[in-house]
Amino acid sequence: MAKPKTPLLDELEKGPWPSFVKDIKQAAEKKPMAQDLLGQLELSYKEKIGHWKHGGIVGVKGYGGGVIGRYSDRPDLFPGVEHFHTLRVNHPTGWFYTTKALRALCDVWDKHGSGLTNMHGSTGDIILLGTKTENLQPCFDDLSDAGFDLGGSGSALRTPSACVGPGRCEWACIDSLDICYNLTMELQDQIHRPMFPYKFKIKVSACANDCVAAIARADCSIIGTWRGKIQIDQKEVQAYAASGLNIREEVTDLCPTKCMSWDEKGKTLSIEDGDCTRCMHCINLMPKALRQGKEKGASILVGGKAPILQGALLSTLIVPFMKLEPPYKELKELIAKIQDWWDENGKSRERLGELINRMGMRTFLKAVGLKPIPQMVKAPRANPYVFFWPEEIKKEVK
Amino acid sequence: MAKTDIGPPNYKDLMPPLMQKNYGKWKYHEILKPGLLKHVAESGDELYTVRAGSGRLLSTDHIREICEIADKYCGGYLRFTSRHNVEFLLTDKNRVDALIAELKSKNYPVGGTGHSITNIVHTQGWVHCHTPATDASGPVKAVMDELYDYFVTMKLPAHVRIALACCLNMCGAVHCSDIAILGIHRTVPKPDHSRVPNVCEIPTTIASCPTGAIRPDPKTKSVVINEEKCMYCGNCYTVCPALPLADAENDGISIWVGGKVSNARSAPMFSKLVIPYLPNNPPRWPETVAAVKNIVETYAKHGRKHERMGEWIDRVGWERFFRLTGIEFTDKHIDDFTLAPNTFRTTTQFKWG
Repeated sequence: MAKPKTPLLDELEKGPWPSFVKDIKQAAEKKPMAQDLLGQLELSYKEKIGHWKHGGIVGVKGYGGGVIGRYSDRPDLFPGVEHFHTLRVNHPTGWFYTTKALRALCDVWDKHGSGLTNMHGSTGDIILLGTKTENLQPCFDDLSDAGFDLGGSGSALRTPSACVGPGRCEWACIDSLDICYNLTMELQDQIHRPMFPYKFKIKVSACANDCVAAIARADCSIIGTWRGKIQIDQKEVQAYAASGLNIREEVTDLCPTKCMSWDEKGKTLSIEDGDCTRCMHCINLMPKALRQGKEKGASILVGGKAPILQGALLSTLIVPFMKLEPPYKELKELIAKIQDWWDENGKSRERLGELINRMGMRTFLKAVGLKPIPQMVKAPRANPYVFFWPEEIKKEVK
Repeated sequence: MAKTDIGPPNYKDLMPPLMQKNYGKWKYHEILKPGLLKHVAESGDELYTVRAGSGRLLSTDHIREICEIADKYCGGYLRFTSRHNVEFLLTDKNRVDALIAELKSKNYPVGGTGHSITNIVHTQGWVHCHTPATDASGPVKAVMDELYDYFVTMKLPAHVRIALACCLNMCGAVHCSDIAILGIHRTVPKPDHSRVPNVCEIPTTIASCPTGAIRPDPKTKSVVINEEKCMYCGNCYTVCPALPLADAENDGISIWVGGKVSNARSAPMFSKLVIPYLPNNPPRWPETVAAVKNIVETYAKHGRKHERMGEWIDRVGWERFFRLTGIEFTDKHIDDFTLAPNTFRTTTQFKWG
């Protein structure tokens, strides 16, 4: 088979950043599928337009998701990518691998697919990029034998993800890895068999730095936080100051609540913990000197999403503090209540955040049994269109 | 038949023994130099992490090469980050320099830590998506080639997180990035009336439109799209494949800035529109590369230490952002979607620029 000429893509082999074109060419040495991908991509570069048809419904036995169907609209030119379906494979929580596990994945994919992957997709899954319909089931069977399973797609629970957390990070207020893994294992059915109005995402970040963008992207965002005083090691603060960190300019002046002060003469840092909103800035700058308060837990926020359909939303706070210890009963009960309400009331392709906006936060809170508290809002309403529940209104006595 | 519902492998089995031993008992960390982290546990154990960039789209041969490196230096343990970087996890600090040297000799960029521009989170584009308005891997490669120096150093005021999505569906947290590169369609879907009645369910298609721009056409048993209402989101195409909206000459890229996901200092923020349209100009998207570079360099010059892009703009004001960057302000920048008035200025307080 003649190698396709790719003068446009060849331009992207130049420059210092790793080139995806080199990876596709590497795979194309062995796989006609990858070679036709290269050819079709060159055509897209020439015509400035994509050449993938809308996906059809393909999958593996027993599952309603995990495979994204994809077909070329030019199979006449590129028969190797006539079908080019993607498998989403649930990544190990925290994206940890042994080389043995990675090689096992590569062996499966060399046998059944294009030899191309994404490490990783935006939701976190391992993306096995492109194979034929008839290869899907054998590929899944071999993946399963190698200890891997598919991730979520469509109107399902999408593969939950978590930051590195207690695996390596001193800022972890919760065991993000275990929470994510535990929920993933418990909710397997929701991941593999789409049953909801639309997608549902759970992301776990072990502190407010939110390394997995839970507030921006997840319907249920679980973020580690603490109660009690930030623990200060004054000697280490002084060491930071001596090493050139300007404590006033870089730390206390940038504190959003101005709850800290630095006594330049006495070389003492003090914190008014009652005013602290636990943003992490000071701790980020002085990890040796400052440690979070001793009582650890999570804030729960809900409703985050990207724009489709009614505009992007950030998750909003519904539980300021929840202790999270295995088996995470309280968290699981809350998620179940939220999903039940959404499943009952959501329209097709309506995300949780949009449903809350349509039905009203008060309706949502009542349904999931949470008491309204000031922490849930930036400010109370400023418009006078207040709704009362029927039982709050005195009925006329005849 | 294969077992189903087994879930992913247990991460604990894939973690280096030193991380298992010190799980949840880490004391502090330091960034020793760009791309090199040192984590110290309560026990006194030290873990060294070397971070390397990748193009995200990896061949199995490439993954096997990464495995060989991890076998040689890390006892076969590694991880990936939420932004597609590879992290080599070492327990022997005497092996760190040799690893970095080998990575550099094999053209892996080492960096992406601290106040740098780390890897660009991105989508599939023309490689594998059915609704892209631009490619993803190509513009990312072109932008990172130009900004390479910011990946391997830590000289910016704060982290700069760039993300690219090839259409409004925005896979990934593009909408909360310091700089978001977003593919946009600008023309309405073109119904293929011969196919719509056969391949699409009309009521679902109509219901899929967020602006109510689609109505049925009883004559053709197809649909009609109201050009004035359509906002080119592509949602109808996802439910009805006979409504293609790709347009080679009118699709392109928009640039958004000032978003963040972290809660440090300021709350998480959305990115805001600064450049409504740049042409698709493969293979190296020079207009997009120049626009991103201009924004990064303007921020690098004027932002204060630890101030994220959005925090800098909040401090100086958007009127000054547009003056400093030289980007033209147009009617496209003024919101006209839900809650638009919240973005209008309701005070006499403003800067001259």
